[in-house]
Amino acid sequence: MTTATKSVGVRQPLVDGVEKVTGAARYTADLAPRDALVGAILRSPLAHARIRGVDVSRARALPGVRAVVTGADCPIPYGVIPIAQNEYALAHGRVRYRGEPVAAVAAVDAATAQAALDAIVLDLEPLPAYFDAATARASDALALHDDKPGNVERAVEQAFGDVDAGFAAAALVGERTFRYAEVHHAMMEPDAALAQWDAERGRLTLHSVTQVPFYVHLTLARCLAIDAAAIRVVKPFVGGGFGHRTETLNLEIIAALLARAAGGSVRLALTREETFLTHRGRPETEVRLKIGLARDGAITAVDAEVVQRGGAYAGYGLVTILYAGALLHALYRVPASRYRGFRIYSNTPPNGAMRGHGTVDVRHAFESLLDAMAADLGLDPFAVRRANLIEAPYRTINDLQVNSCGLAQCLDVVERRSGWRERRGRLPRGHGLGMACSHYVSGSAKPVHWTGEPHAVIHLKLDFDGGITVLTGAADIGQGSSTLIAQAVAEVLGLPLARITVVANDSAVTPKDNGSYSSRVSYMVGNAAIRAADDLKRTLLAAAARRLEVDVADLDWQGERCAVAGTDRGLDFRDVVAEALKDAGTIVAKGSWSTPAQTQGGAFRGAAVGSSAGFSYAALVVEVEVDAETGLVRVVDVWVAHDCGRAINPLAVEGQVQGSVWMGMGQALCEETQYLDGLHARANFLDYRVPTIVESPPIDCSIVEAPDPNGPFGAKEAGEGSLAAFLPAFTNAIADAIGLRIDALPVSPDRLLEALVARRRDERVRRARAASKAVSP
Amino acid sequence: MTRNVLACSVNGRLREVAVDDATLLVEFLRDDLGLTGTKRGCDGGECGACTVLVDGAPRLACLTLAVRCAGARIETIESLAAGGRMSALQAAFHEKLGTQCGFCTPGMILAAEALLRADPAPDEAAIRTALAGNLCRCTGYVKIIEAVQAAAVAGPR
Repeated sequence: MTTATKSVGVRQPLVDGVEKVTGAARYTADLAPRDALVGAILRSPLAHARIRGVDVSRARALPGVRAVVTGADCPIPYGVIPIAQNEYALAHGRVRYRGEPVAAVAAVDAATAQAALDAIVLDLEPLPAYFDAATARASDALALHDDKPGNVERAVEQAFGDVDAGFAAAALVGERTFRYAEVHHAMMEPDAALAQWDAERGRLTLHSVTQVPFYVHLTLARCLAIDAAAIRVVKPFVGGGFGHRTETLNLEIIAALLARAAGGSVRLALTREETFLTHRGRPETEVRLKIGLARDGAITAVDAEVVQRGGAYAGYGLVTILYAGALLHALYRVPASRYRGFRIYSNTPPNGAMRGHGTVDVRHAFESLLDAMAADLGLDPFAVRRANLIEAPYRTINDLQVNSCGLAQCLDVVERRSGWRERRGRLPRGHGLGMACSHYVSGSAKPVHWTGEPHAVIHLKLDFDGGITVLTGAADIGQGSSTLIAQAVAEVLGLPLARITVVANDSAVTPKDNGSYSSRVSYMVGNAAIRAADDLKRTLLAAAARRLEVDVADLDWQGERCAVAGTDRGLDFRDVVAEALKDAGTIVAKGSWSTPAQTQGGAFRGAAVGSSAGFSYAALVVEVEVDAETGLVRVVDVWVAHDCGRAINPLAVEGQVQGSVWMGMGQALCEETQYLDGLHARANFLDYRVPTIVESPPIDCSIVEAPDPNGPFGAKEAGEGSLAAFLPAFTNAIADAIGLRIDALPVSPDRLLEALVARRRDERVRRARAASKAVSP
Repeated sequence: MTRNVLACSVNGRLREVAVDDATLLVEFLRDDLGLTGTKRGCDGGECGACTVLVDGAPRLACLTLAVRCAGARIETIESLAAGGRMSALQAAFHEKLGTQCGFCTPGMILAAEALLRADPAPDEAAIRTALAGNLCRCTGYVKIIEAVQAAAVAGPR
């Protein structure tokens, strides 16, 4: 399948990497003009309250204050899902979480802005507040949103196949409940926006940290009630996202409101604490899971109930709860399934999308229970996975289309590289080996805004200088999408990367793109880039044929040269370009791509979520060392194999897979948010513990290539799919080490010690009972 | 708040700038000198993104008062590329993908620079210790360690 190439499959450093290592890369907070006003946000001190009044008169009167805005200045709700828009840039009528923006100011300097915030008087009437799903769902709980009684944002009920028959036919049925703490993206760049209002023309320019410039553009037009054509959104360098920035964030709207009110430029740079409060992370989740297995390990039925504490507003909530059910499928053959999902409103910062959106906690539950049940059946952990492999092409019972699956090879690779067969059961005391699998979509097959447009569009400009400029709306946030797009264009045209310049993300220049989320960019934008380059190549071939007075079919395109096949006649690239320009001047080529209808999911309610044109697969082995005295778990080694279809840039694939696995490790080991009466108690990097380089293990990454028929050069996603495998492999390794299955994450020392104490207590009780039975008559 | 003239060397240039007593080094570098390569990633001493070299030693610019740097020699990420050519560490971070989003990179490279000046051939444990205060959220640190090792092998450019 793999053909010789010049650019694809090359370990390519990032096309914008030099700027990053020299400090020349400009991020949003680096861009403000020196005279820009300083923006600041006043946040709610209460978790739930009715707003009786916001008195800004004293703040407005302070010298140096140029704008003060409140909810009254923006009465239009927004939200990324068109049918669930219930959030306001600045609170309206009610505040629903502690830290929710209530008012904002723009002033000549930070001290004046702070003084203005201090001068604002809030009149709040406290309301009962709910910090977990159970209390929010109680029958007497006050609804956070009037249209959602019981605080259920979305209840999902789905069943496929004959579930009861599946369980009846099972040789073993297992059931357990799992609990997951809420986690946060913690990308390194804090949130920031720079809004510039041109009062003379009534135009807005916004630079921000976004992953989705197009959604931000739409939302600004909506919330400011101005024409979208009067807005320009620019995405400069962005310091990571991991899902935090896949929807418009309130600060982006607030910065724009302030700039318009002040008639100038406003720089709004949030603190790390405020960035934590802006949140949109993975929700606190409870999973009740039941699996039926046949004697040989084949899955006969699955029954899952998932409850997510979703925070105060809708955001991506309904998508998250649908993903949790949909991707129970497409990793293994599942002949029957039942799913109940409940997305619950709570008085905590809103949750949203985070790397592995909706699938990570459920996958941990699934792989943990499967592992335990395999042991009960006397099956090796690898054997039970192999008993359930999908063979592509395959359609799941919930209508997901799998056109390529390299999971079998992934299993073989990590089994071999980890020395599983030789080492498992023979490790030193306290050490354990565990494994698990995971998968993810390469882009959601149906976009959030169903406009009928293609999923991705690329423009190419070829001019007198022989340079090709790629214009793309794809948001490079560090994952390397600009590099991949350049490689795709270079590959099709057979040209060196030096001829190609990528211009990304300026709505005045680049074509619309839906954004960097659901691992869609490589697959969708990569395909559009190939088509755009094909289009350009056709134009150039026609010009060369004309100049050489031969048929296009007689030409041999070699990139820097175009030859008449079988002769020494030909043209250099520059001459081909000169000929092509004679027709119409500067050449503009275009390519677009959409997902095949076959991959867009079924016809039932919620079927769009989880559907994808291509699924990535991963298998992973972890070795841990458990210290039963301190409760500390050390990750000794990790082996991961990821099926990305085709590694367009193997260097970047490794980087993405290692980063994913490591982020999974953070959630498994130490990351969790915590709220005390709604107050975020860990809104900093000391209390929200992200693993440092000291406790981060080597990660042995193998790339498996099961080419996808619809993927660009056969490629699928690489940035999310392997994350979820880490968590269950980790707890399975702990089980191997000390015989204890942990059902709550993260496995912080206190949780592990508690579980060890509970086990000792249970053993003592069992022994005491046995002893008393022995002595009683 | 008093203002005093701060005289110090920044990237080999003598700077004399009036600053408030409360001005942090990170603010002085970014806001007064326009050296935005030094990043602010947290609310004080948590992430290492603002690491610069003060008299050759790595320091958190967000926990250092600018006035305390009177007479000091300060080096930021902008100083490492000589004549526009990347330093050994910069080249290695670029080529080995020790940088993804790039936000932690300036601080990470300067912390590593201080290490390699003191220990040109560090073992992996020494690299981990030297970079323990610098968080990265993209790489899992794997390729950062590879980059520092490659730069050590390559030696100064």
